[in-house]
Amino acid sequence: MKELDALRSELMTAVDQAAGLDDLENIRVSALGKKGRITELMKGLGDMDADARKQAGQALNALKGEVADAIETKKRASSDSELEARLARESVDVSLPVRPESEGRIHPISQTIDEVVAILGEMGLSVAEGPDIEDDWHNFTALNIPPDHPARQEHDTFYLPGAGDDDRLVLRTHTSPVQIRTMMAGEPPFRIIVPGRTYRCDYDATHSPMFHQVEGLVIDEATHMGHLKGCIVEFCRAFFGVDDLPVRFRPSYFPFTEPSAEVDIGCTREGGEFRIGHGDDWLEILGCGMVNAKVLENCNVDPAKYQGFAFGMGIERMAMLKYGIPDLRTFYESDLRWLRHYGFNALQVPSMVGGL
Amino acid sequence: MKFPFQWLKEHLDTKASLDDVVERLTMTGLEIDKVHHRGKDLEGFVVGRVVEAKKHPDADKLSICQVDNGSETVVVVCGAPNARTGLVGVFAPSGSYIPGTGITLKPTEIRGVVSNGMLLSEREVNLSDDHDGIIELPDDAKPGSPAADAMGLADPVIEIEITPNRGDCLGVRGVARDLAAAGVGALKPLNCAPVPGVIESPIKVNLDFKVGAENACPYFVGRFVRGVKNGESPKWLKDKLTAVGLRPISALVDISNLMTMDLGRPLHVFDAAKVKGDLQVRLSKQGEKFSALDGKEYELDAEMTVIADDAGAEALGGVIGGAASGCTEDTVDVFVESAYFDPVRTAMTGRKLTIMSDARYRFERGVDPAFLVDGMEIATRLILDLCGGEPSELVIAGSEPDWKRDLTLRIERIESFGGIKIAENKITEILTALGFGVAEGNGVLTVSIPSWRPDIVGEACLVEEVVRIHGYDNIPAVPMDRSELPTPAIGPDQRRRGMARRLLAGRGLIEAVTYSFLSAKQASLFGGGAQALTLINPISADLDVMRPSLLPNLIAAAGRNADRGIANARLFEIGPRFFGAAPEDQDIVAGGIRSGVTGARNWAEPPRPVDLFDAKADALAVLGAMGLQADKIDAVAEAPGWYHPGHSGVLRLGPKTILAHFGEIHPRILKDMGVKGTHAGFEIFFDNLPKAKDKKSKARPFLDLPQFHAVERDFAFVVDADVSAAKVLGAARSAEKKLITQVSLFDVFEGGALGDGKKSLAINVVVQPVEQTLTDAEIEAIAEKVVASVHKATGGVLRS
Repeated sequence: MKELDALRSELMTAVDQAAGLDDLENIRVSALGKKGRITELMKGLGDMDADARKQAGQALNALKGEVADAIETKKRASSDSELEARLARESVDVSLPVRPESEGRIHPISQTIDEVVAILGEMGLSVAEGPDIEDDWHNFTALNIPPDHPARQEHDTFYLPGAGDDDRLVLRTHTSPVQIRTMMAGEPPFRIIVPGRTYRCDYDATHSPMFHQVEGLVIDEATHMGHLKGCIVEFCRAFFGVDDLPVRFRPSYFPFTEPSAEVDIGCTREGGEFRIGHGDDWLEILGCGMVNAKVLENCNVDPAKYQGFAFGMGIERMAMLKYGIPDLRTFYESDLRWLRHYGFNALQVPSMVGGL
Repeated sequence: MKFPFQWLKEHLDTKASLDDVVERLTMTGLEIDKVHHRGKDLEGFVVGRVVEAKKHPDADKLSICQVDNGSETVVVVCGAPNARTGLVGVFAPSGSYIPGTGITLKPTEIRGVVSNGMLLSEREVNLSDDHDGIIELPDDAKPGSPAADAMGLADPVIEIEITPNRGDCLGVRGVARDLAAAGVGALKPLNCAPVPGVIESPIKVNLDFKVGAENACPYFVGRFVRGVKNGESPKWLKDKLTAVGLRPISALVDISNLMTMDLGRPLHVFDAAKVKGDLQVRLSKQGEKFSALDGKEYELDAEMTVIADDAGAEALGGVIGGAASGCTEDTVDVFVESAYFDPVRTAMTGRKLTIMSDARYRFERGVDPAFLVDGMEIATRLILDLCGGEPSELVIAGSEPDWKRDLTLRIERIESFGGIKIAENKITEILTALGFGVAEGNGVLTVSIPSWRPDIVGEACLVEEVVRIHGYDNIPAVPMDRSELPTPAIGPDQRRRGMARRLLAGRGLIEAVTYSFLSAKQASLFGGGAQALTLINPISADLDVMRPSLLPNLIAAAGRNADRGIANARLFEIGPRFFGAAPEDQDIVAGGIRSGVTGARNWAEPPRPVDLFDAKADALAVLGAMGLQADKIDAVAEAPGWYHPGHSGVLRLGPKTILAHFGEIHPRILKDMGVKGTHAGFEIFFDNLPKAKDKKSKARPFLDLPQFHAVERDFAFVVDADVSAAKVLGAARSAEKKLITQVSLFDVFEGGALGDGKKSLAINVVVQPVEQTLTDAEIEAIAEKVVASVHKATGGVLRS
C-alpha cells in the first residue's frame, strides 16, 4: 500500500507541475497507457490470491480514477488559459462601425394610403382603381358637371388630344370617375375606396400638378347622412389617433353630391405650435355628401331605390397634417434626405389591430 | 363676395354679434374666407384738426402745426407737403406705436421745436403704400373721435366664399335671407315701389334672335332718364364700394356697382346721347369688333350676346359695357339696362374673351329672372336721388322667363335621406323663410321654388335646404353597419404591389413618388413622346408628355441628389406608365435605380460599382415574392435601347411573357439626361405576370424531406465565350432529372491558358439520393452523364 501512496503522490505532483497539454499527455501515457505504471500494476493482479486481488484491485482502480481525473482537470484548466490568452490577443476595437447597410423607406403617400385603406377596410370598403387618362364623360358629365358648369372651370383640367377638339381626353381631376366606372360595371350595393393619382393644371406653394386623392363610395338602400357622419367621424378619429377629435360638417356644394358638406377637424395653434385635437380653430380636411341622384341615374343605378354617400380627400394633405410635413411640393422631389426623414420603415405595415 | 357688417344689417334686423353671424354663415354653407378688421391699425389714433400751420423757421420742408386732438392743442412738427391750417387728419399722440413703421413715438426736438405726436399717412397705418402726404379727413370729422370711425373703417368686412350653386348669395340681400332663415334675425322689407315714368323713352329695345337662340336674352327692362347730373358719389356710397374693393368712379357707375353688390342685380348705364338709334339685343356677328370699358378691343364670334345700336355693339350682354357709350361726367341723358342673360352663353363669352367681371360672375351663376323690374325701380330711385333727372316709362322687351316650378318633398326623406327627424312645422318654417312656397298634404309637401333659386331641382335639394338650415351639427352620427368581420380591402393585384413595395424597401431601396409626366425629350429617350400622350396645356415644357417608363424620373432624381452631394442613390417607384391614351393602355410598373457604388466607403470591405446584377437581383427578388419560381424565368439579352446593350437583359416566362427589364442604363442616355456614373435599373411589369388568384385553399404542397445525405460534385467546363451560363447550368440540371436537385455556378474564368474565345465555367452539382445511398460507381455514372449532357448542349469539355 505504501507503494501505491508513493506512486499517487508522485503522479499527483507531476500533474500539478505539468507545464502544458504535452506534459500532461506524457504523464497520462506513463501512468495509464498500455505500458504505464498503473497498467503494469494492474497486470500483476492476476498472480494474487482472490482476497489480495480484490483489495489491491480496488485500490488500483481508485488510484487510476484519481489520476485520470486530475489529468483531465489540469488539462481543462490549461486549455482554458491557452484559449483565454489567444482570445486576449485577438481583441479588436468594438467601437468600429458596422459594415454599411442601406435602409429602405416607404414614401409617406404610400403609407398614408395604406392607413386610409386599413381604416375604411374595417368598415367594409374595398379598393377600386381606374385609369389616369379619362374621357370627359367619366370625369365630368357623368358626375353631373355639364360642359358649361362653372365648377368645371375650377378644376384646371389637363387635356390630351384624344380624337379631336370635341373629344379631348383629360387627366382625371379627381378620383371620382372610378365611382362611375365601378357603378357602371357592377350591381349595388357598393362600398369602395379609390386611392390614386389626380391632376390639375396648377402649380404654386399649395398646389401640385399631380397629387393623390382617396375617394369613398357607399351605396345601398338605406345609407343616409347619419351614416356619412358616422363613417367620417370614426375615420378621422382613427386616422389622427385622437379619440375625442372634434369633427364638424359644414354645408357646401359639389355637383356630384346633394346634400354636400365640407368636413373640418379641431385644431389649435396655441403657443405657436400646431396640434390636431380640441382647440380654438378648425381645419378643413375633406369634402363629402349624399351621391346626387343624377350621378346614380348616369350609372344606371335607380335613385328611387338606392342612395348613399361619397367623400374625397387629398392624401398629401392628410399626410402633411398627421406627420407635420410642411411643404406639398417636396413630396415629389425625391430628395433622399427628405425621403429618409419622412419615409417609413418597410415593416411598419398599418393595420387597425397593429396600429396606424 | 364681401361686405361690411353694417351693410348686412341694412337687410337684416338682428342683434347678433359679429362672431355669431360668422359662425352661422359658416354653418349654413356660406364659408367665411376672412373677416377684415380694417381699422385695426388705427386703434388709439384720433381725429386731429390743424388749428394753425406755420413754416418751421429752420427747415424749408417742415411745418409747425398746432393740432387740436379734442382735449388739448399740441405742437406737431410735420414734414408732409399737404400739412396746412384747417386740415383734419389722423393724430397719433406721443407714446403711441405706429404699426406701419414699427416706431413708438416720444416727444422729439426737431430743429429746436419739440414735437408731441404725429399726423399720419396711410402707409403708417397700413392702409396703403401712400406716403406722399398725411391722411385728409372730411372737415366735419370731430377732433378727438376715433380715427377709424371718421374714416369709415371701424366696421369689419366679412368675406365669404360662395359656392357655384348659390348665385342668389352674390348680393348682400341673399346672404341676409339665408341668415334670417337660420334664425339670426329678420329680413327687412325691400322698397321696390314703382317710380312713375314722366316721359317716354326715345330709345326703344328690340330682341332680335334667330330661332333657337331666344334664350340668350329673353327679357330686357330699360329706362331712359333725362337730365341727370353725373358727379362724384356721396361718401356713404364711396365708402361702401371701397369697403368691397371697388373704386368709386362716378355716381351713375357707382349705382350700378352698388346694385350688383347689394342685390346681385347687375345693370348697365348707357350715355343716351352716344346711342345711335334704338337698341338691338342680338347675337354678335363673326368678326365683329367691340371696344370694351376695360380699354381693350375684342373680336367677337357669332355666339355672343350684344346690345347694339346703329353703330354696332355697345355692350357685351352680361359681361361688360362698351367704351363708346359709357357714362362720363358730362353725361346728361342715360338709358339704364336691367336684363336677363343666359348663364351658359354668358360663361362661354366671358371664357372665350377671358373677361372676368362682376356682372359675368353673377349672370353665369344665374341672376333672379323675376327681379328685373324691381331692380330697375330701385336703381331709378337711386339715380333720381343722387343725380336728379326725369325717368321714362319702363321699356320692356321680351318677357320674364318661366321659372315657376313645384317640387315634392316627402317628409320622411328628411330622416331616411338627411339622417335627422325634423318636425313638419319646422320644415315648413325653414322653407318659407328661405322664400319657398309650401303646401302641405299627407306627409308630402308641395314646394314652389323661388325665382332666385335655379339650383333647386330635386327632392334632395330640398332635403339639403332643410337640413342645412336646421344644422348639420344636429344630425346624429350613425356607425357604419359592421355586423360581420371585414373582408380583405385589397385584391390580389394590389396585394402584390404592396408586397413588392415593402420588399424593395426591405432591400434598401427608398420609395419615390414622381410625376406621371416628363419632358418630351426624356420621354423620347425611353420610347415615348407620342402626340396622343402629349398634354395640350402642360404647366411647363418640362412636364408635357405622359411617361413611357418610370426610369427617366428616377434617373433624373438620382442626378439631382448627386448634384446635392448625395451620390449612390437607391430609388424605386411603383406607379403607372402610359403607352396609349385608352384606359387599357396604362399599366402599373415597379421601377428602380441604383447609382454609383454599392455603399459608403468603410474599413471592412470596399464598395464596388453597381451593375446589372444588382438590378437583376432586385427584379428576381420581387418576382420570387410574387410566387414565380426562379428556374422558370429566363434571362436573355434583349432589353430595350435605353439599356447598355451588353449589360442588360429581359426576364421572361416562356418566349413571350416579359416580366421585367434589368440592366445598366445606356451611357448615351445618361449623358443626354446630364447625369454621371453608372446607373443600374429595373422595371417589373405587374400586369404581365400570371394573374394573381385568391386560391380557395391556403394549404402548401406536401413536403417530402429526403432521408439520405446529398452528395456534391464540382465540374469546370471550357466552353466558347458566347455560350451562356444558363445553357450550361440547364444541361447539367437535365442530365439526371430525378437525382440532381440543384446546380449552381461558382466561378467564371477567361484568358490564361484557355486562349481567346474560350471561357471556363465552374459549377457545383448537388445529387440527392431518394431511395438509398448511392455507391461510388453510381455517383461516377451521374457525373459522366453531366459531362456528356453539357458537351452535347454546349460543346463544352471538362477543363484539364
